[in-house]
Amino acid sequence: MSDLTRRDPRLEWILRNRLHPRHAELNGQETRGPTGLLRKNPRPQWQYGPSGLRRLDRLNMGGAAGVTQLSSKKRSEQVVLPLHQVLEPQAYIAVWLQTSGGRLTSHCKDVLGQAQQLAVARTEPTAVLGVLCGELKESLEGAGVDRLLQVQGPDYEGYQPEAWGQLCGQVDAQLSPLYWLLPDSGESAELGRRLGVTLGERPATGVWRMEADQLIARNGAGNQDISRPWSRIMLLLEECALPCGEYRYEASPLELTLTAPARSRIADLGQIAVDPAEIPLAEAEFILSAGNGVHDWDQFHQAAALLGASEGASRVAVDDGFMPRSRQVGATGTWVSARVYIAVGISGAVQHLQGIGKCEKVVAINQDADCDMVKRASLTTIGDSRDILAALMALAEAKSTQEVSDAA
Amino acid sequence: MQPDTLNIAVLVSQGQHPVSGRARRAHQDACALELALSLSGKVSAIHAGDPEQAALRDYLGMGIDGLTVLNQSADDDALTVLYPYLTEQQPDILLTGVRAECGEGSGLLPYLLAERMGWPLVTGIAAIESIEHDEASLLQALPRGQRRRIKVKLPFVASVESAAAEPRQIAFARARRGNIARLTQATEVDQARTEWTLSAAKPRPKRLKVATAKTAADRFKQATAKAQGGKGQIIRDDPQAAAKAIFELLVEEGVLRK
Repeated sequence: MSDLTRRDPRLEWILRNRLHPRHAELNGQETRGPTGLLRKNPRPQWQYGPSGLRRLDRLNMGGAAGVTQLSSKKRSEQVVLPLHQVLEPQAYIAVWLQTSGGRLTSHCKDVLGQAQQLAVARTEPTAVLGVLCGELKESLEGAGVDRLLQVQGPDYEGYQPEAWGQLCGQVDAQLSPLYWLLPDSGESAELGRRLGVTLGERPATGVWRMEADQLIARNGAGNQDISRPWSRIMLLLEECALPCGEYRYEASPLELTLTAPARSRIADLGQIAVDPAEIPLAEAEFILSAGNGVHDWDQFHQAAALLGASEGASRVAVDDGFMPRSRQVGATGTWVSARVYIAVGISGAVQHLQGIGKCEKVVAINQDADCDMVKRASLTTIGDSRDILAALMALAEAKSTQEVSDAA
Repeated sequence: MQPDTLNIAVLVSQGQHPVSGRARRAHQDACALELALSLSGKVSAIHAGDPEQAALRDYLGMGIDGLTVLNQSADDDALTVLYPYLTEQQPDILLTGVRAECGEGSGLLPYLLAERMGWPLVTGIAAIESIEHDEASLLQALPRGQRRRIKVKLPFVASVESAAAEPRQIAFARARRGNIARLTQATEVDQARTEWTLSAAKPRPKRLKVATAKTAADRFKQATAKAQGGKGQIIRDDPQAAAKAIFELLVEEGVLRK
């Protein structure tokens, strides 16, 4: 045998032909030129990188390069965050989980971010304990709760500040957390003050920055800053810290033996029906909004009254004189913060979409499936608004009559 | 047992106008006084602090007979003078504002008074609907213009929210004529407050958009991406199914109330 390196025309042909069944198998291998030199493949070797972008494999190493793993990963695939674990906590930082409609409020997420900062800064293993009354509709994975104490039952349902205070008192007696952090808004602000009074600690209210030994708190009127030492109970303002986002957290359930709360002296008779037309549009929780696509205005007003929604309107509907100027939603009207916003016949101008930026759930009822409102909405129904509103009103009426017959 | 005449005590303080900084009646305290005056009963207004404050006369101008001032300085703890005075007076209803407009303004005073007196506390009320057979029905102001009905037994402490009925105008002559009774009692300095330093409020830093993207491609995508609702469900040309889906969403979100 001679030392001559022989060309293999057939192999070269396979390497050139991407459609050949053996192409993928032979493609990664080294090829030698007629002189025996190692040759690079001059043709671009497109691969998909870990970010999902198409990359040129200049090293011609195929899968061996590591950076250019040929993956079927799509751009939309989420990266799994690392898990943050506190195995045997020696101390706790308690956070009252404030929810709205079964979801953590953004204020509460900020407070959890602050709690995690405090927990990580400590030398002993410290867990953030979330105390929650009621149900959750979303997972707590990324929120920053290491241990979760979830209490359910009729004693804690509705507005039960005294029962919540007793629950927190029991948690304090059994686990003696280092700090109690609560959002300084709504019912949790009330709970924090009640807890401070029962535990005999003076809570720090309106805290917006925590430094090494001092904290900075806003006074009640909002015109003075108070620099004061830390307290065991701290009520934090919104945007006090960044919410957690780097890790997943365990949120493993914690079992405590709790005694039932004493009978509350405050009887909660539930929320009363408020005329939705009297609620300021910026504060309304549920808005039914009409645009150019609405033609049957009587039916629209009936639907709003039946569903108990505040009425809103796009600029076109206001300019055409169908709705008052005070009901206009959008950059030139009112910036609304509704939890549920139903846009009937609104295509979604940029100014209007800005005005509903804070809404959580947007429902679009529209004829046009390609309009911008459809892209923003979490539920879209394509069709004539008159038919859909009529069907919706029939359902709402059926429900209210059924409830009446159930109660009877 | 129904008391013959309802004895209502209102705690008032000097306020500060949020824009001009001028001394005025505190808005929530004035709302509380207005609420008390709308009930049939004997109303007494109480202030712990300096009796020389000019804005205290605003409350007299609202039509009360007199104002009781428990004399103490601004650094003193209001609880030390209010608690003995209120146990002596034994009102049926104690109304306060939610928080003061001057000083710390933590809003803790009604909580502390309720705890000391052993009375229930209702926070942030907007109205007192009725008082029958020793039981009061109150309306609590909630965010988003909502109201909650609460029943509580007398005596109780309630803090009044700004959402309550607007306080009446001040009659100048009545304000000049009104009588301020001064009482001097043993008072203590608020020790915890001596460690604090107060300064004019600095504007809080605005939160910048948090860039969580690790790679240049992600940052580019974040900067150029159009707002997208994500996986929005679309129902086409079926009004019944569409209405059902919307109705289920409304029920799930809990916005339908009946």
